[in-house]
Amino acid sequence: MGGESVTRGRATRSRRGGRAWWGLALFVMGALTAPLGSLSAGEEISGERQERLIHILRHECGSCHGLKMRGGLGPALTPAAIQARSDEYLLETILQGVPGSPMPPWNAIVTREEAAWLVEQLREGVVK
Amino acid sequence: MKVRSAFVSVALMVAGASLLVGCATGPQELRGTGDLGVIIERERGSLKIVDSTRFEILHRVDGLGDLSHATVKYSRDARYAYVFGRDGGLTKVDILRGEIVARTVEAGNSVGGAISQDGRLVAVSNYEPGGVQVFDAETLELVADIPSWVREGAGRSKVVGLVDAPGHKFVFSLYEAGEIWVADFDVDDRASPEIRRYADIGRQPYDGLITPDGRYYIAGLYGEDGLALLDLWDLDGGVQRILDGYGRGEEPLPVYKMPHLEGWAQADGKLFLPAVGRHELLVVDPNREWREVNRIPIHSQPIFAVARPDGRQVWVNFAFPDNNAIQVVDVVEMEVVAHMEPGPGVLHMEFSPRGEHLWLSVRDENRVEVYDTATLERIATLPVETPSGIFLTYRAHRIGL
Repeated sequence: MGGESVTRGRATRSRRGGRAWWGLALFVMGALTAPLGSLSAGEEISGERQERLIHILRHECGSCHGLKMRGGLGPALTPAAIQARSDEYLLETILQGVPGSPMPPWNAIVTREEAAWLVEQLREGVVK
Repeated sequence: MKVRSAFVSVALMVAGASLLVGCATGPQELRGTGDLGVIIERERGSLKIVDSTRFEILHRVDGLGDLSHATVKYSRDARYAYVFGRDGGLTKVDILRGEIVARTVEAGNSVGGAISQDGRLVAVSNYEPGGVQVFDAETLELVADIPSWVREGAGRSKVVGLVDAPGHKFVFSLYEAGEIWVADFDVDDRASPEIRRYADIGRQPYDGLITPDGRYYIAGLYGEDGLALLDLWDLDGGVQRILDGYGRGEEPLPVYKMPHLEGWAQADGKLFLPAVGRHELLVVDPNREWREVNRIPIHSQPIFAVARPDGRQVWVNFAFPDNNAIQVVDVVEMEVVAHMEPGPGVLHMEFSPRGEHLWLSVRDENRVEVYDTATLERIATLPVETPSGIFLTYRAHRIGL
């Protein structure tokens, strides 16, 4: 690089950041109280709804995580990329979002069973 | 006579053959590119080249890689489209012939692009590894590489909101670092641009815009209620905050899709901006110290707010799950005057250069619609597979587009 200079803007406040703790508390509570039962609920979800969920995964999730789940503004969600994460962690992240980040809670869009099914699809690398 | 007629038939045959050859290899007719455009076919990784006068598809070009969130810039002669793919692929397409003429894949994960004022440099902004790479517009050879260090050697920031600016500059924002950088290519050695950094502009800038006159760069902030403004006429003046606390402490709604600022809307001297996590457009007046002069309630969370070229209307589309609808805001009334539901997955809108038509993509029904902006009637439908961005060639001659 050639020359470089830094100009400081004025100090900033964090409004959304301030709310992050509240969201985080909810997230932790959600994780603790979540039933850790069956995550394989695929048979309860109709074929039509499964198709819709895959569409949401590819296009809506894909707008941040990439059409092929290789990452973007959000992290990659390929089987290799999520290997170290537990099913419960992924499930709660889908349902509650990640406070302080652009990852929204999807619990108004998908049910717990559907989120669990989506985790399975991510593990299997269905969208690629 | 016999000899003569044989001669004539041979001559006719030669003429016929050359006509055939002409059809097969050369352009069939001379034409300009001013009414052409390209439409991204997101899932297939292709684009369609359209004639916006006849509402016809002229070509399809395949092999462009991952085109989720793809964008397009034009060469200054409006013959070549530079297509920026998600996978770091940069492809130069001849829109007259419908052919790829150059392609390079440098970074792993890209999100935006820009072309320099003189049309000689094409810049790509990258998420992974974070930074901006600048290519020769002719050959797509790498000219400059600008890693977006959060701190030197301490990880890179994702780059968002990359635009061109007058004076052979590129301006962009660093998502994790919360900075705006101005890269000045008005230097002897274009491999070493002059970089000016503005730190502490606010948390998580997610996109940026440059006003149509090329004077102001604005970064939208995800992590705070507000936007960061840089006056490019006064680079020493630093970055100032505008619309600070527009949410007024209210809990924002879940944001299923980040708004885009690239389709800026400047109308009637004011700027119409999508609010993050709110069902509102924010209206600011640059001539009144960038104060909020209005906020317009709309159907859902806005993604794009684009002004008709004459500035009388602003058209808005919405985030999932309300992305089946669009609304039209009248700039004089400052309210929604029309609500339409073209179909599931309305991803992008593009006006014709003088604003009589609006093109929009309906991703989930594999079609692109054209509306008459005076009657709000649909006047044409084109088959396009999972369409997203629509880019007409007038963009070749606009700052920031």
